[in-house]
Amino acid sequence: MRQDVRIVIIGGGPAGLAAAAAAAEQGVPVGDILIIERDDKLGGILNQCIHNGFGLHTFREELTGPEYAQRYIDLVEKDEIPYLLNTIVVDISKSKEAAPCGGHAGAAKNASRGYKTVTAMNSTDGMIQIRAEAVILAMGCRERPRGALNIPGYRPAGIYTAGTAQRFVNIEGRMPGREVVILGSGDIGLIMARRMTLEGAKVKVVAELMPYSGGLKRNIVQCLDDFGIPLKLSHTVVDIRGRDRVEGVTIAEVGPDRKPIPGTEEYYSCDTLLLSCGLIPENELSDGLGVGMNPVTNGPKVNESLETDVPGVFACGNVLHVHDLVDYVSEEATAAGACAARYVLEEETGAAGKQETGAADKPVTITATDGVRYTVPVSIHVDRMQETQRIRFRVGAVYRDAAIEVDFDGRPFRTWKKRIMAPGEMEQVILTKKDLAAAKGLRNITIRVVQGG
Amino acid sequence: MSEEKRNLTCIRCPMGCQITVTLESGEVRAVEGNSCPRGDEYARNEVTHPVRTVTSTVRVRKGSLPVVSVKTQTDIPKDRIFDVMRDINSVTVTAPVHIGDVLMENIAGTGVALVATRDVPAA
Amino acid sequence: MYDVLIIGAGVTGCAVARELSRYRLRTAVLERGSDVCEGTSKANSGIAHAGYDAKPGSWKARMNVAGSKMMEALSRELSFPYERNGSLVLAFSEEDRQTLEALAAQGRENGVEGLTVISGDAARQKEPNLSPDVVCALWAPTGGIVDPFLLTIALAENAKANGVEFFLNTEVLSISQTTGESGHYYVITTKAADGSEQRWETRAVVNAAGVHADVFHNMVSEDKIHIVARKGEYLLMDKKTKGFVHSTIFQCPTKMGKGVLVTPTLHGNLLIGPTAVDVEDKEAVNTTEQGLSEVLRKAGLFARQLPTRQVITSFAGLRAHEDGSDFILGEPEDAENFYDAAGIESPGLTSAPAIGAHLSGLIAEKLRAVANETFDGHREGIPCVATATEEEREALVRRNPLYANVVCRCELVTEGEIVDAIRRPVGARTLDGIKRRVRAGMGRCQAGFCTPRQVEILARELGVEQGEITKHGRGSELLVGYTKNVQDTPHAVEERTHAAAVTGAAGAVDSRDEVCGEGGNHAANAACSTGETVCRKDSEQFGGKFGANREGDA
Repeated sequence: MRQDVRIVIIGGGPAGLAAAAAAAEQGVPVGDILIIERDDKLGGILNQCIHNGFGLHTFREELTGPEYAQRYIDLVEKDEIPYLLNTIVVDISKSKEAAPCGGHAGAAKNASRGYKTVTAMNSTDGMIQIRAEAVILAMGCRERPRGALNIPGYRPAGIYTAGTAQRFVNIEGRMPGREVVILGSGDIGLIMARRMTLEGAKVKVVAELMPYSGGLKRNIVQCLDDFGIPLKLSHTVVDIRGRDRVEGVTIAEVGPDRKPIPGTEEYYSCDTLLLSCGLIPENELSDGLGVGMNPVTNGPKVNESLETDVPGVFACGNVLHVHDLVDYVSEEATAAGACAARYVLEEETGAAGKQETGAADKPVTITATDGVRYTVPVSIHVDRMQETQRIRFRVGAVYRDAAIEVDFDGRPFRTWKKRIMAPGEMEQVILTKKDLAAAKGLRNITIRVVQGG
Repeated sequence: MSEEKRNLTCIRCPMGCQITVTLESGEVRAVEGNSCPRGDEYARNEVTHPVRTVTSTVRVRKGSLPVVSVKTQTDIPKDRIFDVMRDINSVTVTAPVHIGDVLMENIAGTGVALVATRDVPAA
Repeated sequence: MYDVLIIGAGVTGCAVARELSRYRLRTAVLERGSDVCEGTSKANSGIAHAGYDAKPGSWKARMNVAGSKMMEALSRELSFPYERNGSLVLAFSEEDRQTLEALAAQGRENGVEGLTVISGDAARQKEPNLSPDVVCALWAPTGGIVDPFLLTIALAENAKANGVEFFLNTEVLSISQTTGESGHYYVITTKAADGSEQRWETRAVVNAAGVHADVFHNMVSEDKIHIVARKGEYLLMDKKTKGFVHSTIFQCPTKMGKGVLVTPTLHGNLLIGPTAVDVEDKEAVNTTEQGLSEVLRKAGLFARQLPTRQVITSFAGLRAHEDGSDFILGEPEDAENFYDAAGIESPGLTSAPAIGAHLSGLIAEKLRAVANETFDGHREGIPCVATATEEEREALVRRNPLYANVVCRCELVTEGEIVDAIRRPVGARTLDGIKRRVRAGMGRCQAGFCTPRQVEILARELGVEQGEITKHGRGSELLVGYTKNVQDTPHAVEERTHAAAVTGAAGAVDSRDEVCGEGGNHAANAACSTGETVCRKDSEQFGGKFGANREGDA
């Protein structure tokens, strides 16, 4: 099967759905948009996140994951935006040849731009080739497996990432175990502690390597405290026992170097070890396309338009950087969808050859430092930015009564007081176009944590 | 006069404000540390009559999936969570199930309905 | 009565089985595990050694060099991945250089071709990531890498196709000579179906029991042997490390002990290890903190910037080290028709084809076996969508749309390949079995995403309930029951009936196939009871347990 579209969106989870809806909203004909989803249903991982707490920002109400996903699925269905299910993208490549888009007015004008070829497959259409002017990367992330954590011990059945267990319990109605130890206090791990408890399992302990939890406060309160499940900070699993099925794990305290302290070992008998030790953006396709990556986020480096360093390739959601709340994913993806729409529509309206001449307009770079681990975006073209620009980031430690300071070319521009900042929660600052335009010759913006404010 | 201080983490939003509630003979005297009125409300409720939304799944017969995700339509008293789960575990519904369908009217006598949070078409 | 019973379905046992299938002999392989390739054969370096390591004249030297020479043709005949990527032994001092020269001389005496000692710069030219401290290196162009799983599985499949019977989940408990005709043996095993004891009679026994080979040898011979389990721990890295090194890189053995190796795998991963620690427990395949750090530390000496952040998994294997440090092959003097393949440690993988040929030759002669005219040594591999060209993919998908249904996204493994792995002779019955055959779950997410899907496919193909699916055999069940505090639900019945209906499970998996072991029995059960008995039992349970259930108003 071969098809030409203007925007192809890789991934039909919350990011892909919001991006598609936004692109349609901006005026891209729906027939020129295509969502490619690997699962048998739109909605992505939200379908198995049956707990509540989604959508407080977006809809001002507390929804469960499937309900939140359905809101966006409804948008896509209402607009009749085409999508492919059970379809896996195996490759994205760029071509210097003219963009195809046969019947479109813009096609000829876009001749200089080149298009991207997306190769996919499914059991209905077989091998599929899609050519598109713009690609929105919205593939999400995966969980860090046991192997990547170098946990010593046996390799029995009963070791699952929290997300795998979540799928078994919530979608398949199966119990992966009855006596559970959880390593890592990421949100999925906390949620699964409660979920397994409600289904009759005994969750004995949650061990967290770091001296703070990577999960949201509300999850610690409602998923652990409510059920009296202990959370052991600065602890890790040092041994897994059981040849066939997990029989128990040994947990030890770790020092400031995160190495186990001899003599602190404690044995827990259990049949299941769940891992919630971090999420990794799934950027194998982006790598193949040659997109420049940020080693901190493991996601693409993007500019104000959420466009990667490959023109016409945008990224949003957990493939860009791991989010704490889906509301922010939707917001970011809406922006990415709108930017991709502008990218493909610009030539038609003749509004801006700017995307190509953009090189002349040197972007302002953004540097994360002093406790700020990264920023999204990493650069801003002032002339292309919207009236306001959100800059999202995470901090590397827990800070109390500190502030976020933004410097323009080394001079303090503004500070925001923060009562508490933690690595588990995403932070943001909003800059205006007015501010940036006023700072003539601005080259670099620095974002840092200032302590003791 | 017995004065008691209780420390809570507010969960009304991701801010996670650390709130201290001062109780005198079981009466709330002061709420500190919250940054919005919702925090105050949360803290007062949490120390007097804490509530939770329960989410789980209900067995489905003849569906494309064996279970459908559900939630209590509104919060239920926190100390009734396991009663609610017992009721949830006892229900079996027959596909198709639609998002928003009420699967039980008055779960565990709480007066709260149990609703489906997704579609499960017939197999 | 069997002609030959082979104990152990590792690479050695399977190689002997496949070579014996060239003769008209009734041969069976008895395997304790739930699959072939469950012991030492599944956890090793995957190296086809050139053959310079072993003492000239030893079994190790002879079998290694012979096996190395057989490997390429065999890989084409049986379709398993093998590549002569060459190997380098690194020297970090002038003292080491002499060791290398000695190794080269030893290798030449063993009959290894093309050995040369090259300068450090020449080595770095071949491998730019090598440490600047490398003084010189031994280059062995005939060194290679092989997929140890697929080598073993290919041998087993081909043996089976040529008439060898495989009995899995069948543990040998004892061996004794029959009282009657001299030279026959009784072998007592557990029965796959129920674990009860079963007695087999055979004209000859092949002892290919890995770390346990001494136990069986000592049951029949007074010339006792002793095997210690020598643990080797490894770390495997993401395919993103592809190209970090091209050849297999060893460290020169020094007074400080043996180093570790760094090698690409045939699938583009980087493998580092092993350690070498003798352990008491012959089942102790656990990794240890010390072992893994030792591997990382030692491997770090080789190269600038070893990509240690790319580790996706670690594992440990046990080598069968015999006190005499050589392979023990053939009949002990006091136990006629009992053929040892004992003490098979490195270079056992490389030697396997040669050991197979050697022992089968001895056995055939002794039993006066005649050639099996119907023997077909050719085996077609399972298609690999990940490495197929665009045209090949098109063709595969046209043949069977399941080849476009990706289950494991990290390794790009399709439902079609997984179904093939299950339906093969000596097919996969476990998650690990699928992984070793078609690499599903072998990638960077380590089966996080595809486990539920694989469980579903296995259950459907085998005609069993999902709860019966295991990681690597009995006791390693992946699921413990259902949510809602119930062990079994009415859905189980529907699911079973459904599974049998959609795939014709009985047809898909030959339920009479003895090779199936556990899985086969389940398939047979499902096939003959696709409703009646199972349903009745479950509906009783339903009535009793859930009779009070309310119907929702959906």
